[in-house]
Amino acid sequence: MTEQQVIAAATQSGAQRDGLARFMRVLGLGVGPLVVALVLGGLVLLIMGFNPVSYYAYVVQRAIFSPSGFEATLTRMGPLLLIAASLIVAFRAGIWNLGGDGQYLLAAVFVAAIVPLTLGVLPVWANLLLGLLIGAAVGALWGLLPAILKAWQGLNEIITTLMMSFLGVSLANVLVKLAFLDPATTTPQTRTLPVEARLPRLFDTSVSSGLIIGLVAVIAVHLIMTRTSFGMRLRLVGANPRAAVHAGLSVPTLTIAVFAISAALAGLSGAVDILGTHGNVRADWNPAYSLTVVPLVFLARLNGFGSIAYVFLFSALTIGGESAARRIGVPSFYSLVIVAILLVTLGLAEYLDKRHQERARR
Amino acid sequence: MALFTQSFIITLFLGAIAAGIPLLLAGLGEQLSEKTGVLNIGLEGMMLFGAYTGFLVAWSSGSLALGFVAGAAGGMLVAALMALLCVRLGLNQIVIGIALTLAAEGLTALLHFVQFSRTYPRLDGVPTWPIWPLSEIPFVGPILFDNNVVFYLAIVLVAVFAWVYRQTNLGIALQAAGDKPAALDAAGVDVTNTRTTAVLVTGALAGLGGAYMSIVVAGVFVPFMTHGNGFIAIVLAMLARGRPLWVLGGALLFGGSLSMTTALQVAGVDIPTDVIQMLPFAMVMIVLLVAGRKAALPQALGESFVRGSR
Amino acid sequence: MQALDQAPAGFATTPSGAPVVALRDVTKRFPGVVANDDVTIEIRSGEVHVLLGENGAGKSTLVGMLSGLQQPDEGRIEIDGKPCVVASPKQALAMGIGTVFQHSMLVPSLTVIDNFALGGPWWKRPDRSGIAAAIRDAAKRLALRVDPDALVSSLSLGERQQVEILRALMRGSRCLILDEATAMLTPHEAVALGELMRRLVAQGIAVIFITHKLNEAIAYGDRISVLRLGRKVGEIDPETLRGASESETIERIIALMFGTSGSGEGSRRERSPRDLGGVVIDVKGLSSDAGRIPVRDISFSVRAGEILGIAGIDGNGQKELAEVLAGQLPCDSGSILLSGSEIGGASVGERRNSGLRYVTDDRLGEGTVGTFPVATNFLLKDIGSTPFWQWGIERPQEIRLQAERHVRDFDIRTPGTQTPVGKLSGGNIQKVLLARELTGAAEAVIFAKPTYGLDVNNIRATRKRIREAADNGKAVVLISTDLDELLELADRIAVMDRGRLVGIVGNDDDARDAIGRLMSTGGGE
Repeated sequence: MTEQQVIAAATQSGAQRDGLARFMRVLGLGVGPLVVALVLGGLVLLIMGFNPVSYYAYVVQRAIFSPSGFEATLTRMGPLLLIAASLIVAFRAGIWNLGGDGQYLLAAVFVAAIVPLTLGVLPVWANLLLGLLIGAAVGALWGLLPAILKAWQGLNEIITTLMMSFLGVSLANVLVKLAFLDPATTTPQTRTLPVEARLPRLFDTSVSSGLIIGLVAVIAVHLIMTRTSFGMRLRLVGANPRAAVHAGLSVPTLTIAVFAISAALAGLSGAVDILGTHGNVRADWNPAYSLTVVPLVFLARLNGFGSIAYVFLFSALTIGGESAARRIGVPSFYSLVIVAILLVTLGLAEYLDKRHQERARR
Repeated sequence: MALFTQSFIITLFLGAIAAGIPLLLAGLGEQLSEKTGVLNIGLEGMMLFGAYTGFLVAWSSGSLALGFVAGAAGGMLVAALMALLCVRLGLNQIVIGIALTLAAEGLTALLHFVQFSRTYPRLDGVPTWPIWPLSEIPFVGPILFDNNVVFYLAIVLVAVFAWVYRQTNLGIALQAAGDKPAALDAAGVDVTNTRTTAVLVTGALAGLGGAYMSIVVAGVFVPFMTHGNGFIAIVLAMLARGRPLWVLGGALLFGGSLSMTTALQVAGVDIPTDVIQMLPFAMVMIVLLVAGRKAALPQALGESFVRGSR
Repeated sequence: MQALDQAPAGFATTPSGAPVVALRDVTKRFPGVVANDDVTIEIRSGEVHVLLGENGAGKSTLVGMLSGLQQPDEGRIEIDGKPCVVASPKQALAMGIGTVFQHSMLVPSLTVIDNFALGGPWWKRPDRSGIAAAIRDAAKRLALRVDPDALVSSLSLGERQQVEILRALMRGSRCLILDEATAMLTPHEAVALGELMRRLVAQGIAVIFITHKLNEAIAYGDRISVLRLGRKVGEIDPETLRGASESETIERIIALMFGTSGSGEGSRRERSPRDLGGVVIDVKGLSSDAGRIPVRDISFSVRAGEILGIAGIDGNGQKELAEVLAGQLPCDSGSILLSGSEIGGASVGERRNSGLRYVTDDRLGEGTVGTFPVATNFLLKDIGSTPFWQWGIERPQEIRLQAERHVRDFDIRTPGTQTPVGKLSGGNIQKVLLARELTGAAEAVIFAKPTYGLDVNNIRATRKRIREAADNGKAVVLISTDLDELLELADRIAVMDRGRLVGIVGNDDDARDAIGRLMSTGGGE
């Protein structure tokens, strides 16, 4: 399943002419693997001695039908959606930015270090805006080196982004422990942004407005990639770099632009998580969102709206799973298993579909 | 200097070896995969799964040897999925690799929890096999010649791999599978089978490396305990290209910087672990910056092989 | 696998003159194309049998079937007179058919010895000294110089080929297929290969030599089969070949390869004399080393309404010339004037904006994106332009309307404007490219092999477009390896050889002969 094939599949699903057969095929490709994955996941539960039906029912009940759980699910979505947006830009342009975790965490640390200090100087809204800008800038900066190496030296970005990610995570910890330590507490962590100075909550709920930022980002990215000339250029480079050269595009410039946008969005995700939910960064904290979201955006075939659905699903699985961990005793890691099985079943479905089509053509 | 006392240096070296052996085993495995043209991003998952199965069997059977075998088998199991999906079915190696890593992370944490809840039973220390009289050499003896079986095995494997790569028909075939699969196919050797075998061996080695972490180094299984070691091993293999000896050097270098903290603490210097942990990655980036384009990879890396397509 | 460890006493052979391998009434189809149509060819030992034909004539498919990569749909392959199925490359080798492909099948990162050892039992150590001795021995018999310890990546392409020939022979090949063997070689290396072929047949080996170069076919071949559009259109046997003078043979082959004069379409000039406009493209002393074939000191000019044909054997720098003109490759020296202004330093986009269009021959590789819809592919070179985008935002209505217009005007057979272009046939993909390049403010158009790989109807349609472009006052550069096409369309024809223009002739009654001479001699007379 290369990105071209994913895009091809997405393009095909966009064509409305071929009617019911195509619709059924897309439905089969989109929902079939999900059902199979949930069944396989249920088998895992069964083997471990849990009742899969009551587990799934509990997770759905907690994460979606209980108000506090549902709000937690939605809040969790904000940073995840920003990561998804970051990955969609990169993957659609054919660039494997696997360094999102470093970009996210470094941005989070810088935001957490600076924003509580500037709070006295700036009004709250300006302070939040500053935080978002810092996050995006730090993320983009951390993506710069792999971008340059890829654009000018043709160096494989999988390795460089992974390395920069590990480096970034360690650097973030060093900064928390040495430079940005909160002198007021004994636990190694940054200063804490007071709750009233964080991103506003939506209406009367506890849902952070980070959700809105995430939704806007992922929809904007989707529209930019599918509806604008800039997005078209990026997709052209991703689908066929030689055609891009033939069409007169500057591939190195676009590569650096893609890295900048993708890394900035990952950084923004860190900023939103700090400004909206956590308020500070503790030492050795690393939620490792980026690698987890990679399968999700692939499941969604790099489609923004599909990603929203999958991120919601994953968010609900983790929130519900965390409750279930306390109540039923199934650890929250179960959601990782589901995502991984889902990806494998989807890959298989994709493969079977391709085989089927090739055979039909002969 | 007071810092470089004998105990400091011995701590440092022992630590370098303890942290380096898993990297060495996994790195040797990844090197094998990459030689045949498979970019095995799922290495982390294979290590972790090996760490879990190795620990579990060692703990329940009481036999460390069985534990190591189970570790290798566990890694191989994950590798078999990788081989099926990527080598045989030609799915994207990066995405499947990440998925398998996530699956291993989730599954091992889950299984460990089901079995042990929140307790972390410990294994007894691993017996060492002193090689007399070398073990009596001051300083070097206790580090190199009074060690456990897997350590000796890993060192021997470096030599074996170097020998296989350079001296056997197998080595020639492996090289061809990654560099010019069509040539290997034309010579009557099945490229897909060659790659499948390589990936399976990679899984076994990574699993053994993981088992070394849980059985020897930690004596306990903790969820997510491989902590990026698999990814470091991938980079090691890439930088070492075809040379097993370079993986050994790199693994010890990385292992050394990982163990530096403990050694410094022994010497009474308090530096956060993370500063030291950054060093190897920073080193890699600098190497890549300098080597640039020359950090070549096998021609057919990451591409599945279809006969007749060039 | 052959045991290479034992040095062979001699090469495997068959009694001279007997057919070693034969194709009988072989037909091979690919989706939309008949690659080989009822072809019968016999390969005899002690003979260099040349398969001559332009690209797309079906030579590679024949090789594929003989070497076990593909299976014939109809007809059969006979080895030593017995019908056989050649199911895999390994089996072909076991039957004594060794193939040296155009693209090297050696592993670059291994030594020559290890490449010979490849495929040996995996648990064994290769007998490197034994293999080296065998290589030296075999090389000596063929008067070749091969260093067994050299890394393949350090060898020149000609040396690699010698190594491959040697390897095929040492594995017991009685029939050696050399696929486009001279295409990548320097002239000097090509001569050496020709001499080697003579030595091989002298030792009783059967050689199949695939080429599209006339002079090589005549110089080294004993028997020549000419392929055209998948059919075998003629065979010249050794007696005839020896009996005729070189110029007679050339004439005969050109007639076979490009269709006989005076019959069939395309022999007649369809361009009526008419007034040409001012000079639109003016190229002076253009050189570039950036491509695979260096382009040297090219000068020509094309006036409005004129078609300048560029003839030449494929791979003599035509593609590179087109890319330098279009801006995809940098030019090292010289100048390109478009309507009087210098564009030599301009980007691809700037050249397009000033009216230069380039219809590439690599339609799916760089011309289009197979997974993108037809409508999008019309606009790949105009991303962001009005009225299709406004402030950078797509206007689907405009894009759809344009796509529908193009589909209608250029008669593109597609299920819809949203169909991925990769699903269309080659002819329709070409129409998509033509629609993209020929509309708007084009002043000059470069066509690279515009009818390559198309069927007759699409060839006719494409040629009509080219004529129309010129009639509408555009300056046209038409690169083609199809002489008939050039004679049909062009006003003047330049011949390109090894990166240089070796001559430009007017398209009059003597043009065919003049071009044939320039092509076979490289202008060196």
